[in-house]
Order: sequence, then structure tokens, then C-alpha cells
Amino acid sequence: MTGPSASHFFVLAAALFCLGLYAALRRRNAVLILMGIEMMLNAANLNLVAFARYLHPDPAPGQSFAVFVMAVAAAEVAVGLAIVLALARRRKTVDVNEINLMGG
Amino acid sequence: MPEQAWLIPALPLLAWILTFTVGPRMGERSSIFGIVALGLAFLLALQNLLAVLGGARASLSLPWLEMGEARFSMGFQVGPLEAVMLFMVTLVSWMVFIFSRGYMHGDDRFNRFYANICLFVAAMLTLVIADNFILFFAAWEVMGLCSYLLIGHWFRDLDNARAAIKAFLVTRVGDVGLMLGMFLLYVGTGSLRFEEVFARLQAVDPALLTFAAVMVFVGVAGKSAQVPLHIWLPDAMAGPTPVSALIHAATMVAAGVYLVARTYPLFEAAPGAMELAAFVGALTALVGALLATVQTDIKKVIAYSTISQLGLMILGLGAGGMAVGIFHLNTHSFFKALLFLAAGSVIHAAHTQDLHRMGGLFRKLPLTGVTFLVGTLALAGIPPLAGFFSKDEILLEAFHASSLLFWMAVAASFLTAYYMMRAVILAFFGSPRDEHVYSHAHESPPVMTLPLLVLSAFAVFGGLAGAPFLGHPFQSFLEPHGEGAPEGAGFVQAVAVGVALGGLALAWLIYGTRLVDRRALIRALYPLYFALKQKLFFDHLALGIARLTLVFRDLSAGADRYVVDGIAHGLAGLSLAVGAGVRRLGRGSAQGYALVMFAGLAVGLLIYLRVAGG
Repeated sequence: MTGPSASHFFVLAAALFCLGLYAALRRRNAVLILMGIEMMLNAANLNLVAFARYLHPDPAPGQSFAVFVMAVAAAEVAVGLAIVLALARRRKTVDVNEINLMGG
Repeated sequence: MPEQAWLIPALPLLAWILTFTVGPRMGERSSIFGIVALGLAFLLALQNLLAVLGGARASLSLPWLEMGEARFSMGFQVGPLEAVMLFMVTLVSWMVFIFSRGYMHGDDRFNRFYANICLFVAAMLTLVIADNFILFFAAWEVMGLCSYLLIGHWFRDLDNARAAIKAFLVTRVGDVGLMLGMFLLYVGTGSLRFEEVFARLQAVDPALLTFAAVMVFVGVAGKSAQVPLHIWLPDAMAGPTPVSALIHAATMVAAGVYLVARTYPLFEAAPGAMELAAFVGALTALVGALLATVQTDIKKVIAYSTISQLGLMILGLGAGGMAVGIFHLNTHSFFKALLFLAAGSVIHAAHTQDLHRMGGLFRKLPLTGVTFLVGTLALAGIPPLAGFFSKDEILLEAFHASSLLFWMAVAASFLTAYYMMRAVILAFFGSPRDEHVYSHAHESPPVMTLPLLVLSAFAVFGGLAGAPFLGHPFQSFLEPHGEGAPEGAGFVQAVAVGVALGGLALAWLIYGTRLVDRRALIRALYPLYFALKQKLFFDHLALGIARLTLVFRDLSAGADRYVVDGIAHGLAGLSLAVGAGVRRLGRGSAQGYALVMFAGLAVGLLIYLRVAGG
């Protein structure tokens, strides 16, 4: 049986990244934007693990790096969701098109 | 002693300070400062002259400014030329100061007047002993300022204020020339001290040297009223008459002639500039004399005669003799101050300056009349008065230089005798033409007539200092190594005396006996008369040039507005437009920013891959 090769993972990660990017750039709902960012981070994680597994003699650094990214992503999502919650309370909306106070 | 010569300008300067600080509380007694200071300065100058005659010389030069390689010094020097000038200036100024006390009596700006003439004379004396161009030029400019202030003394009359501005601006044209000349000399010789400049002239490019000399001469023309920059001098008559005497004899116009003598080595090294000076001088002598013949204002007659005589001095300097020009400058300053002060006395008595309203004043003003006549004969060049000897020398130099210059000078001499005699006859002889003027006229007080008598003495005997039969003591004092008396003296003397007598006789024929009808003469020569009445259109020429500068003004204003400002405004507009365009990108949408960021990243990556991977 031939298992999946590194390229499979890379293609999957790229697709995942593009989906996440699309969500982050195109979605109007702030919560979905955060989810898009999570997908991009996880695409990066997938790459890290795949590199560690196939192209590096010792898989430990890549895997632990992915764990770190997850932890940081969790913290980031906590802050992000807190901001979105505050926004929702204050502006009664989480639509990013209406949040344009920095507009020139 | 020559070492103390710096005291001579310092005294009137001190008088100036006292006059405008303590003076206002003293009323008309404040004139005492100026009179005493000038008296002391005169005594010092006399003592100084005697010491220099005895062979003493002095100079002092102190370092003043150092900027890298450039070093400038300040100092003074006293030699024969300076000693003679100091003597003449202090004497004439002193007489003017005394005279003014009577003439300006009752003027509401009496104190200001005295302060200004003190500064004026102080500047002239500084200029005389300056040993470098910088001090010379500073004093020169102070004189320009003082002449402006004094010509505009009665500035409430708008014409006087205009005359003051005209004098200031026209002499300014010359000043620019002098400044350029100074710069060129500095470039050429690396120094502005007279002695050093003259010592290094050999090493300078002749073309540069000639250009520098011509530029210096432009300065001379502005200050000493040479054609075509003479137009300010007649208008300067707007000032009080003693000021006219000061400007025309001792200070202002003498400074220009003195500058030529001062920088004589420069002119000797630049023959082209020398020839130009001689020609301009002769032309000025002729133009001034022609214009003087049609003036009806007694002061303007004398003013144009000054222009004419200044022309003769410059001709004398240009045609080859430094001492000759300075000799005429000195004798002229005595009799011209005399004429102006006498005219002032007439105006003081008659309350008019119009010659045609005077007449028969000799009986009322005998002393003034006699001194005016003395001045006239001295100016006309009747031997043995002062003007004869000095003018004769100039004619002799011109005779040897070129026949054209000689005959121009002779014509000027003829006209000089004519117009001065005309003024004398119109003012003092014949029957009174204006009964009111005549009946109110009275002789001036002693404070005014005394200076007239002193100046008369110098106008009569001053010429002996340079008389040929005494061996030209004046000339050999100034130029110890000068050439001996040139040939042809007898012929020139005969011509000079002949034209002088002829001029007097012609005036007597027309105005004294009326054998020649004046009106018929005017009709016969009407085009000439008209041109002379229009001052030979020199004012029109100056106005035309002024208009031309207005065109240049508009052109440069346009260039400034549309080109220089245009570039600045265009740049500002461009950045505004770019800003407006870029502004659309920043609408506050975080997603938009992120899109741009990723797009940029993608493009950057593509380029990176192309470069690194390709």
C-alpha cells in the first residue's frame, strides 16, 4: 500500500489556506473572518507537520512548533472573539463593512 | 600733525552727535557745536597741510576683518593730496556753517539741519583720508544719505521731496558701478587697500582692469554729475542754499573728482577708461554750459555751471594731469561756494530766485554784489583770479590731448563767461523789474557777509598756488615727479582769456546794452532754445530708461508668478491629486487592507520566484 506523499499534504494545505484567505477577505461576518484566519493557521500547521514528517530527519521540532501555533491561535481567537463580542454589544452588528471608523 | 589727521573727521562727527543729543534743548544756539568743531578741524587741517608741506607723511592701517584667506584692514593715510583736500573741505565747510547760522535763522528744523551738515562734512573728511575702498565707500554712501536728507530739508513741499529722491536714486546708479569696480579690483588684486591695489595692478588682466576702471568711473559720474547722470544736480537746488554750496563745492560732487585722483594709478593703467573720462568730461562741460544759458533761476544757473566745471575737472584728469584736475577742484570750490552763498544772500534779501524779477540789486546789496562779481570773474577765468590759472591748465592738457576736446572746453569756457555775466547783469544791474522785490531787499547780516569776504579772498588769490610764473607749486607738491610745463601755453592762455572776455562782452551786449534783442535771438534760434529748455531731453531719456525697468519689473514679476510660483504650486497640486487618488484605497475596510497586503505578498513572491528560481 502506498500512503499519501508530501505533495498531497501540500496541495491540501494550499487549498485550505486559500479557502481561509477567501473567508477572511470576503466574509462580512466578523466571526466567520476569525474562522477563516483559523483555517489559514491550520493550513500552515499542516505544512509544518508534513515537512517534519517527510523532509526532516527529526519530526519533533516541527510538531512542537505546530502545537505552539495552536496555543497562540487559541489565545488569538479568545481576544478576537472578545473584540467581536464588545463590537456586537456596542454597535449591534458584527458586519465589518459597517465598521469603518478609520475610513479616510 | 599728520598722525592726528583722524581727528579732523572725528570733530564734526562729535558735533553731529552733540547736535542731535544736546542740541534740541538749545534752540538755534546748537549751531555752535558745528561751527566750533569745523573751526578746530580747519586749524588742524591747516597745521596738517603745513606739516605735509614740510615733508611729513602718515598712515595707519589696522586689521579689521579676516574671513579665511580674505583680510581687510581699516586705516587712514595723509599725503599731499589728502592734506590739500582736508584744508579745502574744512575751510569751505566752515564758511558754509557760519553762513547758515544767518541763512537758516528761524527755520523750524534748524537743529536737524546742523546735525545733517555736520554728518555730511564728517563723511567727506573720512572719505578724503580713507586708505581703503571699504571705508571710502562707506563714507561715500553716508554722503549720499546726507544729500538726500538735506535736499529734502523742506520736504513738506512735494517737489523738494521728489528732488531728494531723484538725487538719491540717480547717484545710486553710479554707486552700483563703483561697487562693481571695487569687486573687480578685489578679484584682480586680492586687496581693497589703495596702496596694495595700485602695487598689484601690473599683474591684472588689462581687459579686467579697463572694465574695473570704467565701473569706478560710472561711480564718479553719478557722484560728480557727469553726463548722462548729471540730472540730479539741478534738482538738488531744492535744498537750502547753504546745502547747495556744500554739495557743489566742498563735499558731494568733489568726492567723485577726488575718487578719480585717489585711484589715479588705476586710470593710468587703463588708458581706455582715461580716454572715456576725458571725453565724458568735455561733453559734460559743454552740455552743462549750454543748459546754464537758458536758466531763469539764479541757483540753477550756478548749478549747471557746476556741472560744466566738474566736466572740466574730469577732462583735466582724463587728459593727463592728476594735479590739474585737483587744482581746479580746489579753486572751483572756493568760488563756487562763494557764488552759492552770495546767491543765498540775494535770495535771503529778495525772497525770490527768479532772475527776471530781480535787477538793480547792486545798490541794495553792495557787499553781496561785489563778492558775486568776484566769483563770476573767477569762474569765467579772468586773470589773475583763481579760475584763470586752474582752467588754463586744463585747457592746456586738453590742447595736448586732442583738438576736439580742446575746442569743446573752449566753447564751454566761452558759454561760462556768457551765462555768469548774464546772471550778474539780470540780478544786480539795470533797473528794478519788480518794485516789491526791490524795495524789500536789504543787505544780509555780518554772519553771512563775512564768509563771503573770506571766500572772495581765496577766489582772488587761490589761483596763485598753481600759477605758472611761480613754477606751479601746487602741481609739483601733488606730483613731485610730474612733467614740466607743456608747450603751447601762450596760445592756450590767449584763447582762454579771449573767449572769457568774449563771453562777458556778449552777455553785456544782450542784457546790458540791449543792442541785441533777446527775443529776436530766441526766435532765431528757437529749436535750440526749445531743446535747451527741455534740458536736452536728458530727463526724458532717464524716464524712458525708468519705464524700461518697469517693463523688466513686469517681466520678472510674471516669471516669478507663473514660472517659479507655478512650479511650487504645480508640485503642491500634484501631491494633492496623488493624495486624493490614494485616499480611495483607505476607506477603513480592514479586509480591503488585507486584500492589498496579500496581493502585494503574492506579487512579491512571484517576483522572488522568477528571480531566484528562474
